[in-house]
Amino acid sequence: MSGDILLISLAGVLTAAAPVIFAVIGETISERAGIINLSMNGTILLAAMGSFTVALATKSLILGFLAGALIGGFVAAIVAFASVTLRQSQVAVGFVLAVLCRDLSYFLGNPVMGEAGPRLSSSPIPLAASIPILGPLLFRQDVMTYLSILLIPLAWVFVFRTRPGLVLRGIGEKPSAAYVRGANIGRLRYRYAVIGGAIAGLAGPIYSLSVKAGWKGTISGLDGIGWIVLAVTIFGGWNPVRAAFGAYLFSLLQWLGLVLQPAMPGVPAQVLQVAPFPLMILTLLLVNVGNAEWVERSLARLPEPTRRWLSKLLRAMNATPPAALGTPFEDGE
Amino acid sequence: MLIELRNISKTFDTVQANSGISLVVPPASIQGILGENGAGKSTLMKIFSGFTLPDSGDILLDGERAVIHSPADAIRHGIGMLHQDPLDFPPMRLLDDFLLGREGGLFPDRRGAARAFRELAERFGFVLDPEAWVDSLTVGERQQLEIMRLLWIGSHVLILDEPTTGISLPQKEKLFATLKSLASDGMTILFVSHKLEDVEFLCDSVAILRQGRLVGTAKPPYLTKDLVGMMFGREIAFPERKKSPPGASVLSVNGVSLEGARIRIRGVNIQVRAGEVIGLAGMEGSGQSIFLGACAGLTRPVSGAFCLDERDMTGRSHHDFKREGVAYLPAARLERGLVPGLSLSEHFVLSEKKKGFFIDRRRAKKLSQDRIAAYNIKGEPDSPIESLSGGNQQRMLLALLRDPLSLVLVEHPTRGLDIESTVYIWGKLKERCAGGTSIVFISSDLDEILQYSDRVLVFFAGRVSPPIKAEELSVESLGLLIGGKGWEDFERGEADA
Repeated sequence: MSGDILLISLAGVLTAAAPVIFAVIGETISERAGIINLSMNGTILLAAMGSFTVALATKSLILGFLAGALIGGFVAAIVAFASVTLRQSQVAVGFVLAVLCRDLSYFLGNPVMGEAGPRLSSSPIPLAASIPILGPLLFRQDVMTYLSILLIPLAWVFVFRTRPGLVLRGIGEKPSAAYVRGANIGRLRYRYAVIGGAIAGLAGPIYSLSVKAGWKGTISGLDGIGWIVLAVTIFGGWNPVRAAFGAYLFSLLQWLGLVLQPAMPGVPAQVLQVAPFPLMILTLLLVNVGNAEWVERSLARLPEPTRRWLSKLLRAMNATPPAALGTPFEDGE
Repeated sequence: MLIELRNISKTFDTVQANSGISLVVPPASIQGILGENGAGKSTLMKIFSGFTLPDSGDILLDGERAVIHSPADAIRHGIGMLHQDPLDFPPMRLLDDFLLGREGGLFPDRRGAARAFRELAERFGFVLDPEAWVDSLTVGERQQLEIMRLLWIGSHVLILDEPTTGISLPQKEKLFATLKSLASDGMTILFVSHKLEDVEFLCDSVAILRQGRLVGTAKPPYLTKDLVGMMFGREIAFPERKKSPPGASVLSVNGVSLEGARIRIRGVNIQVRAGEVIGLAGMEGSGQSIFLGACAGLTRPVSGAFCLDERDMTGRSHHDFKREGVAYLPAARLERGLVPGLSLSEHFVLSEKKKGFFIDRRRAKKLSQDRIAAYNIKGEPDSPIESLSGGNQQRMLLALLRDPLSLVLVEHPTRGLDIESTVYIWGKLKERCAGGTSIVFISSDLDEILQYSDRVLVFFAGRVSPPIKAEELSVESLGLLIGGKGWEDFERGEADA
């Protein structure tokens, strides 16, 4: 494979990762506040269909993207309402929404299925685009890919370096402690669930208006990505940078599936298409294996230096979830 | 600030937690709030700090009615509360925890905060590193952090709910010195406790609560007998120290080394005999908890062996230990010992040996009523476990223990409990000892260690002393050992007691 093709392919991986990055960072923000938005799979599909329809009808890409964010925010608001106001299980509501939104998108998307709609074109950055290697890799992308790359440090700085980010971590970790420090837990959880949902909702239009432009109903190839997003959020240890790394890994695996197909004619195409999903889950398991007590027990038999090194590595990879994730908060009446 | 509470009342379900409590606290003083567990002290303080809303009553600050509907309102009025379980963020750095909740712009002034942090720490003589992690601190240090934070956000009223629970003796002395200096600087301090000696030592005035009512106030010099009389409405008899005869070896620990996330302990040797009580003393986080967990099969030793009744149990699971008659009662009662959400009778059903598929509700109810009566638990078979007070939860844990047991491992058996519950719990534990059960327990209360143990293991920074007979120790000598002094004698190879 020549260098140019490799570069273009890797640039394609960056593009393909953009929607996953938006979705995992949105989910990370929501989960940092203590709200699991399990509807992600349905949200992405519904946002993809909805934004495509809007863009088709209005001929406006901007309105299309806006529609995606709105749909994502709206679905997240339902999860927040059930969890914060009704104090019901986020898991049950989120799961039902995941299925409902998916089927809704297939049903409502029928009229626009297969239509040719607007598509986001790439906007090379003048001068930077002609830098060798970096130019074709980074600077001949579309706006959303640039934004996805920018979003990673922005989200990290917000969560770990700003005052509201500190409170955000606080309300997901120990809402009672944040509450006695004057935070309005209910309002903040609503806010971050909706903001996170809106950011994740953008994943939909990035697919239907750019990466996999168009709406093709059940064969759009978007079903399942939302579940991977949830897994990557965990794999990312609720840290935007690590989560983005997971998103890139997933896109790379998907791309490998595509390029390996001609090289391995004996393997059915479906295997390579599906392989990224189990591979992703396997990675996840490996990353979090240090949590298990039996691992500690087995490690105890290894020679001392190896054991210390290994257990240190496992501990560093381990991520602890926000302690209050998924639990409703009740203040003192 | 002059504080006036007028006719504060609060009812939870059917329990009258506070009824018509009125109290005036003058500025620049330390007001003690004394009462046994469940007397309504915490509820009153939670109302004052905006955590809980009262059913009726008024709060006046400097003579003006204050509306306190949320902690945010309380903070605005300069009321800061140090909660019994530190309300901080274990996975954060100290500086982040310190900053969280302080008003300001988008980017916090970390450098300014770090400077304020160091100045406050220096002022009170606290040794805290702003870049360390909160979960690496002891309870006492977390308290120091929280006090500094409350001062930094500008509190002029400080409420402390049972602050001496779970902290070491030197930490307690430091805390008291800090509180005295704050009061002399004009701070109004409300000190909630069930510990007579703390209140007597520290407070300028004491209000005593019993069953949700204010039953009296006292000023120094205090008469302990009067305070106890008001707290309980009667007198409490302390048990005599009894020596138990040495029986057969129940648990033998041979050269065990253990490793936790932050601490390593090595070379522990002890033979625990039937009916014997072993106290594990040391500052929090010195390795006692890991050792106790290893005795229950929860942690696997890096080297060495555990034997139960001569049977080698090294590396076996907690389940196997349990089958051999080992019971483990963790300090976090509600998190690890009991199941929040289940009722008392459901707990009894759970801990029964399985019989049949369906729950025999009538039998379960009968069983729970018997046990509730036998263990003097204040609660109904159908009430949820989390509605019980700390003392009653601990009684519940004891009531759930099966018979017969060879070894009971207890973390902080009486932490946060009042004198009556403490005496009761130990009475029940000693009953077990008389039946041949051995007890190994952790406590940060030196008096408790000396009062109830036959022999003591002292933990200091991962080092473990040989077993010492309790009668050879005094509060002073034990306090020194816990602080890391006087260990040279052991190194010279003093014989195993």
